[in-house]
Amino acid sequence: MPTNRAYSNPYGDDKVMAACAIFGMMDRSGRRFIGDPVVTAIANMHERGNGLGGGFAVYGLYPGYESYYAFHIFYMDADARPRMEALLKRRFRLELAEEVPTRETAGVKDAPLVWRYFLAVEGRQPAGYTEDEYVVSQVMQINSTFEDGFVVSSGKNLGVFKGVGYPEQMAEFFRLESYRGYLWTAHARFPTNTSGWWGGAHPFNLLDWTVVHNGEISSYGINRRYLEMYGYQCTMETDTEVLAYAVDLLVRRHGLPIELAAKVMSPPLWSEINELPDPERRELYAMLRQVYPSLLMNGPFAIVIGHTGEMVGLTDRIRLRPLLAAVSGSLMFLSSEESAIYRVSPNLDETWTPLGGQPVIGRLYPEAAQAESRRAKVALPWLATESAAPGRDATRRVSAPQAAPGQAAAR
Amino acid sequence: MKSYLAPRFRIERDRDRCIDCQVCVRQCGYSVHFFDEEEGRVYSHQDECVSCHRCVAFCPTQALSIVKVPLAYRENANWRPEVIQDIIKQAETGGVLLTGMGADKPYPVYWDHLLLNASQVTNPSIDPLREPMELRTYLGSKPDRVTLGADGKPVRQKLPPTVQLEVPIMFSAMSFGSVSLNVHKSLAMASVAAGTLFNTGEGGLHEDLYEYSDHAIVQVASGRFGVHPRYLEAGRVIEIKIGQGAKPGIGGHLPGEKVSVEVASTRMIPTGTDALSPAPHHDIYSIEDLRQLIYALKEATGYSKPVCVKIAAVHNAAAIASGVARAGADIIALDGLRGATGAAPKVVRDNVGIPIELALAAVDTRLRQEGIRNQVSVVAASGIRSSADVLKAIALGADAVYIATSALIALGCRVCQMCYTGNCSWGIATQNPYLTKRINPEIGAQRLVNLLRAWSIEIKEMLGGMGVNALESLRGNRLHLRAVDLSDSDLEILGVRPAGR
Repeated sequence: MPTNRAYSNPYGDDKVMAACAIFGMMDRSGRRFIGDPVVTAIANMHERGNGLGGGFAVYGLYPGYESYYAFHIFYMDADARPRMEALLKRRFRLELAEEVPTRETAGVKDAPLVWRYFLAVEGRQPAGYTEDEYVVSQVMQINSTFEDGFVVSSGKNLGVFKGVGYPEQMAEFFRLESYRGYLWTAHARFPTNTSGWWGGAHPFNLLDWTVVHNGEISSYGINRRYLEMYGYQCTMETDTEVLAYAVDLLVRRHGLPIELAAKVMSPPLWSEINELPDPERRELYAMLRQVYPSLLMNGPFAIVIGHTGEMVGLTDRIRLRPLLAAVSGSLMFLSSEESAIYRVSPNLDETWTPLGGQPVIGRLYPEAAQAESRRAKVALPWLATESAAPGRDATRRVSAPQAAPGQAAAR
Repeated sequence: MKSYLAPRFRIERDRDRCIDCQVCVRQCGYSVHFFDEEEGRVYSHQDECVSCHRCVAFCPTQALSIVKVPLAYRENANWRPEVIQDIIKQAETGGVLLTGMGADKPYPVYWDHLLLNASQVTNPSIDPLREPMELRTYLGSKPDRVTLGADGKPVRQKLPPTVQLEVPIMFSAMSFGSVSLNVHKSLAMASVAAGTLFNTGEGGLHEDLYEYSDHAIVQVASGRFGVHPRYLEAGRVIEIKIGQGAKPGIGGHLPGEKVSVEVASTRMIPTGTDALSPAPHHDIYSIEDLRQLIYALKEATGYSKPVCVKIAAVHNAAAIASGVARAGADIIALDGLRGATGAAPKVVRDNVGIPIELALAAVDTRLRQEGIRNQVSVVAASGIRSSADVLKAIALGADAVYIATSALIALGCRVCQMCYTGNCSWGIATQNPYLTKRINPEIGAQRLVNLLRAWSIEIKEMLGGMGVNALESLRGNRLHLRAVDLSDSDLEILGVRPAGR
């Protein structure tokens, strides 16, 4: 039986290279909106992809189940499901298992079987492990050894929907019109090989971190070797994976704020550090470069990182890939192209091009963040929205005149 | 006893060009050329020629050339001429054959089987003339993480001391005694100018060089020559020399003829006595003893400087390096099979140890497998010939490299391997004041700085070609290497894919 590697990297390349469009949209008030404008925006950058990968990450997706780790799992062979489920039941308490609804979509082929599982750890972790660490180790183990199935996302209250096709095709395939979230990221992929590997599409996820990435990490070899020292196993054969793991290591395990994690991945030049007027900052930045030289992400990249309550845009330090930021009221946008933002939100308060290595960070307003964490357990949201928007067609939606994001959110 | 050996080189003097000016007579440290007073002409005793090219370089009329003496032996892949000559020498002397510099046998040079990567299409190469390109390197133990306190400021960790290099290339250990004071001065001045370090070797630090001591690695070797509190205090790094690539497992012997007044006072031994370095440190018979010496040196210097442990690359280098890291070393220097020496038994130089490329890869891999790679920096030494070798070593996992032979070549050395004679015509491996004054430290330093500058520019070009703008993004990044013509086990040890895959 083939392992993931046989799917993910049939030619055995040292990494799978890709160029791309990325987009992120967040309502900082915490209002959960349907992702129409996100699909429209990423489809507006159609030329940046080639139909070999598209995907979305949605935060605030499963509020009724926000205390459960939501695993999205792809099965390359339906026979793998009973084996996986037996494994999951041994390792977790399985609260709910269900197939992720999909629809036949023109141009989408060789789709895996997609299921989601709501899992609780409830003390199953070994002594000294946090629940998060236990989940990471389980994901690493499944994705490096399990045959014909792998975990696509594993965080709480979020999900990743991705696969081989243009992102607008993926939106249709996964019936994204039936989901709401306060933070969406999206990706259109242009890989330089023809492997039709659903796992190689973006976003990449670990726990509640997701990354969409445009570029190539030329330092991948050492980033990967460094992360392997900390137990991360790069199983998806793309350089984007190391970004997700690096953020997990720096922020979750080492407790650095995302602003400083950005200074590790896109550090200022030594000459810039030397010129910092504040000696404390100078010392801190120098220390970060000395301690984490192997996590410098070198080579062209622009990324949008998703995290519970947080959206972060970052480019490499000499900005070899485009990234635009914009704000309209409580809405915040990050995009490879400015036109994609204007397409869905013509009236912007502000747009700007962040400097290389300067993170752009959007966060839920404090009251919204609290409300999000207090949200009561309610009926699964997709049951309601599914009936609210029956039979909607992603292709038609893309070409139809767009509602402003605020209206979309209010619908 | 009549020698049965034939001379190896022959001086060809073009009589149409020679003006009998006697420059060659004065330049040769081996008295090959002589002036016949009666005839008023210069002649040569060619059986003493070592082919160091000093006379050729200085002959004002280009009258001299040196050729191999044509001497045919019956072809024999086993009984090669060198083997026969060595046996003859030993039959005539009854002694160990001495030699200088590094192993000259045709063992595989793995650098020449490794090729670097470059960007095409999917990511842009970076032009170092337009964009910043960073080579800065910190050697020493690093913590595994930065820890922030509740106030968001980094917790005042007791950070181990590190040392900053502007180029990842340091000058390897060469003792005052094996080389001249002017060579030491050249290395010291060049280190200051280029932002790197030189290494005293085991012969102490001459008084005149204390002004450069912030760029000195002060060595503590088995003979403990020249080791005193001020010496330890002065150095930027302290290096415990356990072994040397040219002669793993054996000690050193500086003959009394080389122990001049200056050498003697620097080493703190009587003038003219042989300086014998024992094979082991007599206070280090196991790994826990090494730990004691490491911490004794750290205590003595108030934990203010990194302590490096230099080992020869031997069969179990990976396990030894792991032990050295756990014993508290901040830096491990690995000296491979082709590492050079001022004097070593030829049989040891040419037959003991393993190539640095394999040792370096194995050590870096092992330290990562054990999760202790951050604790220690790794410096690779032996036979680094070019900026490409430097980059390949860094891609295999080295934090920096040591060069010595390349530095001496920059000063004039022709790798004639006669360092142990003390007659070096280039004024490098000698204490003869008539010869040592041939190295002008100002000019010597300039030649060394030029070499480092040239290599740095080349390194930046190649890094930019690979699409990275900081050296740390290549360090240990073996995906930027591909191998040609190596066995599967070589590839596995090097952690490198074959070219085309």
